[in-house]
Amino acid sequence: MKRVLISGEPISTEVALAGLSDLGGGAVSSFTGISRDDGGVTAIELEHYPGMTESSLMRLIDEAFARWALLGAAIVHRIGRVAVGEPVVVVGAASRHRADALEATAFLIDRLKTDAPFWKKEHYADGTSVWVDAKSSDDDRSSRWA
Amino acid sequence: MRLVYFAAVREAIGVACETCDLPAHVRNIHDAIDWLAGQSSGHALAFQDKSRLRFALDQDMVPLDAVLGDAHELAIFPPVTGG
Repeated sequence: MKRVLISGEPISTEVALAGLSDLGGGAVSSFTGISRDDGGVTAIELEHYPGMTESSLMRLIDEAFARWALLGAAIVHRIGRVAVGEPVVVVGAASRHRADALEATAFLIDRLKTDAPFWKKEHYADGTSVWVDAKSSDDDRSSRWA
Repeated sequence: MRLVYFAAVREAIGVACETCDLPAHVRNIHDAIDWLAGQSSGHALAFQDKSRLRFALDQDMVPLDAVLGDAHELAIFPPVTGG
């Protein structure tokens, strides 16, 4: 099972991960990224590249399947305005034993951060907004999987 | 060629996409950026620091020296920040 979804509506973690526990494996692992109140941020806004974003996420899932013994994987990512406290992304993986699902989940979120075309803007209470800069720490984590 | 822009690049230029007949001497993305930077003050602002730009040709990430060839769509955007 491979699932990629770009959502303009709030993400339900349960719906994002639906089916992963029904694949006959003994392990489901997941990561949820949440919009964070960084120094007065009230909401973030996410832009994507329709078509390329979906294909780049599916390519990451294909690569995870090639590297680990997976039964399923899912990536669900919000676009548009996301209030602080709401999920931005949910990544999940299912496998027979936990190591494959755990490592694949880390791989998927680390590589999503550097490879998938999304751009994040922070909105502040005073009405100002700023595009978020890419972080070198994200590059470091992503390159672990090279 | 169809040009598409995202995030701060889109905002600086003021449009999300445009179609341009690039001059014959424009062979790679580097050439295209140099030519596009002369089209308006917004383009110049968006493209002033090439090291802070990323590119995709027909929706595949490519480096600055990639040859345009017969690609239909060039996307220009800042480093990605999803997740």
